[in-house]
Amino acid sequence: MMPAEPDLGLWGVPLAILGGAIRVSTPFLFVSLGECLTERAGRVNLGLEGTLVLGAMTGYGAACESGSPWLGVGAAALAGALFGALHGILCRLPRVNDIATGIALMLLGIGLAFFLGKPFIQPVAPDLPAIPFGWWSESPRVRAALNVNVLFLMGCGLAVALAWMFRATRVGLTIRVVGDSSDAARAMGARLHTVRLLATAAGGALAGVGGAYLSLYYPGSWNEGIASGQGLMAVALVIFARWHPLRCLGAALLFGGAGALGPALQAVGLTQGYHLFYAAPYVLTLGLLVATSSPARALAGAPGELSISR
Amino acid sequence: MTGRTPSGAGALGLEAVGISMRFGGVLALDDVSIRVEAGTVHALLGENGAGKSTLVKCLMGFHRMTAGQIVIGHREVEIPDPRAAHARGLGMVYQHFTLVPSLTGTENLVISRARVPAVIDWRNERAALARFLEAMPFTAPLDVPAQRLAAGERQKLEILKQLYLGRRILILDEPTSVLTPEEADELLGTLRALVRTGRLTVLMITHKLREVSAFADTVSVLRQGRHVGTARVQDLDQPTMAAMMIGERPAPAGTARGTTAGPVALQLREVRAPDRTGRKVIAIDSLSVRGGEIVGVAGVAGNGQTELMEILTGQRRLESGTILVDGRPYVPSRAAMQAAGVRCLPEEPLRNACAARMSLVENLAFRTFDRRADDRRRFWLDRARLRIHARDLAARFRIRAGSVEHPIASLSGGNVQRAVLARELTGTVRVLVVANPCFGLDVAAVAEVRARILTVRNGGAAVLLVSEDLDEVLDLADRILVMSEGRIVHATRQADANVGVIGRHMAGRA
Repeated sequence: MMPAEPDLGLWGVPLAILGGAIRVSTPFLFVSLGECLTERAGRVNLGLEGTLVLGAMTGYGAACESGSPWLGVGAAALAGALFGALHGILCRLPRVNDIATGIALMLLGIGLAFFLGKPFIQPVAPDLPAIPFGWWSESPRVRAALNVNVLFLMGCGLAVALAWMFRATRVGLTIRVVGDSSDAARAMGARLHTVRLLATAAGGALAGVGGAYLSLYYPGSWNEGIASGQGLMAVALVIFARWHPLRCLGAALLFGGAGALGPALQAVGLTQGYHLFYAAPYVLTLGLLVATSSPARALAGAPGELSISR
Repeated sequence: MTGRTPSGAGALGLEAVGISMRFGGVLALDDVSIRVEAGTVHALLGENGAGKSTLVKCLMGFHRMTAGQIVIGHREVEIPDPRAAHARGLGMVYQHFTLVPSLTGTENLVISRARVPAVIDWRNERAALARFLEAMPFTAPLDVPAQRLAAGERQKLEILKQLYLGRRILILDEPTSVLTPEEADELLGTLRALVRTGRLTVLMITHKLREVSAFADTVSVLRQGRHVGTARVQDLDQPTMAAMMIGERPAPAGTARGTTAGPVALQLREVRAPDRTGRKVIAIDSLSVRGGEIVGVAGVAGNGQTELMEILTGQRRLESGTILVDGRPYVPSRAAMQAAGVRCLPEEPLRNACAARMSLVENLAFRTFDRRADDRRRFWLDRARLRIHARDLAARFRIRAGSVEHPIASLSGGNVQRAVLARELTGTVRVLVVANPCFGLDVAAVAEVRARILTVRNGGAAVLLVSEDLDEVLDLADRILVMSEGRIVHATRQADANVGVIGRHMAGRA
């Protein structure tokens, strides 16, 4: 397992959590940014869990076949966009509920990925590159913790870009208008359905990239247990982040840190009870949703056209 | 850059020639011709369902009219959609605000332009807006999300938006329905001043005769989809206008008022509850209604009246304080309402007092379906009896429904209102709580609903009437309270009521 190294003692726990937060949070980050974009346009896409798994499979498969992890990421984004577009198109039909459609597509995505991904369980795909920010340290564990994947940095950049887009671009403002008031959007002459369709497709593409991270970097292989509800938790995360991309970044790190708690405690030699901490992200999700919701007042910052806030 | 029409500025004339509009089998507009002179305020008067909204929606390109032409500035034009209307300099301010609630005033104005740059330079835009506002007779806060503006400010922002977009003909759909009388006068006054400068032509839908007399130059009246007549306002008095609007119809019989108020039936003490945003508090220190008395609560929408209703109907939990009915503590629940004789007609009854997809029979039985005639509990429903009960109520309250078995959502707004009223007024009524009981009803239905409320009062029940329509409160209530910012800020007896004072309290400026 681990080579001999200077003992970090309990300092290893926060370090492992930090490293874990960065490593584990990337899929949360991409899926929540995708969901944030979709929900800002007034739709909930619960199918992102399926998109995530499908993206993981597509990314891995494409990287295997082409030998380039970046082609894998591109293929995952494309698959995610197509899946998002499918959700968008289905929701345009009369009397179709976006939540039910999302759940159906989640199951379809997972099933499709398992079915098409069978041949890729054995082969090994190239990994995505990471930048060693821990070069200055002697300790391999510090180095491991600060080995930051390029996709995470891109995700951070994307969060900033989305925040700027919502504030200062025509596209961003149009999405906010469509998500907040259909009547206003129609009066303005915005093409409601097209905007929602594109936002859902773009959100799907981001979720697909999140999936590619899972299979191409951490854990870094394709198998059927690759996703563990990140796609669904991202929906809760967006609510916690009050539909703001920058807060999505913070929330993703928080969730990632919670997800790293179990492995970190195990790594410092805790032998009992660490399993409980594996449940930390789920408990956190539940706790945050309970804490931030109230029967007596509306959610501040929720887009007005969202089916859950109407 | 602001999307102005190329052919210069200044007011334009607007003419509708022989417009007909058919929805399925219903002829909503029948050969209507109206001429709006450039640089005037033209009022479009009519009852609910007279076709006013349909007409302006045809002009704005929301509906494809079945027959007819539109003339703008002496040129016949095609208006297939709202964009085409905008390109011709035609703009509309809707009854329901079209500002995006979460966007600030600045964002709202900029995004509504026909051409918006891909990346918006906010510093530049703010400077340009400041210059634009300097030339305007009134202003509105631009750095606050629209949802936090008061109704009057929002309405002004809507109008500023239309001017900013360079509109030369402005159609307003009941622009003052959510304003205090003072705000309404101010708004219409500034609009009229704008029209006088020759920049704008205004076509204003309304049913308030007072505003027509005070602010319009000409008035056209629609009745049941037909154009009844057009005249200069100075040649018409209000009774004539009302007669044109309503047509030949027997006046509704007024209900005589008794004068004796009984003991206090409904009382609120030190009541505190969060409002719907959770940021502010509804605080009612003391409110009491006597039997045989109507207490009217006036106020501008969104000042806590909805929450007050929700407190009384059991939709909102109290933080502290007590409600007493006939001196006994009352916690709203179905059983408590039954026992204490509390009945409610909340606003938007289809949403707040009905199960929309259940039938009229079922909705009418909500208070009684589990009781036998001798008031013992029943387990099995007696559907035949419920149906008879529903038919009986439908006949007595003149509820028009295709069948009593149809879902209540298929009924018109007025009929839903009557249905809920029928249910709530059956049995013993000690306390009746009503909110905006006449919202969206036509004149005949209004008279009927008001007469029924007066009957309940004369029967000795305590009535709390929460209404955004000040005229309604002045008409019906024995005592008048004004609510502002979640508090009761003014109380007066009907005899001593002064509209100016009430209006100032409604605006929170007293």
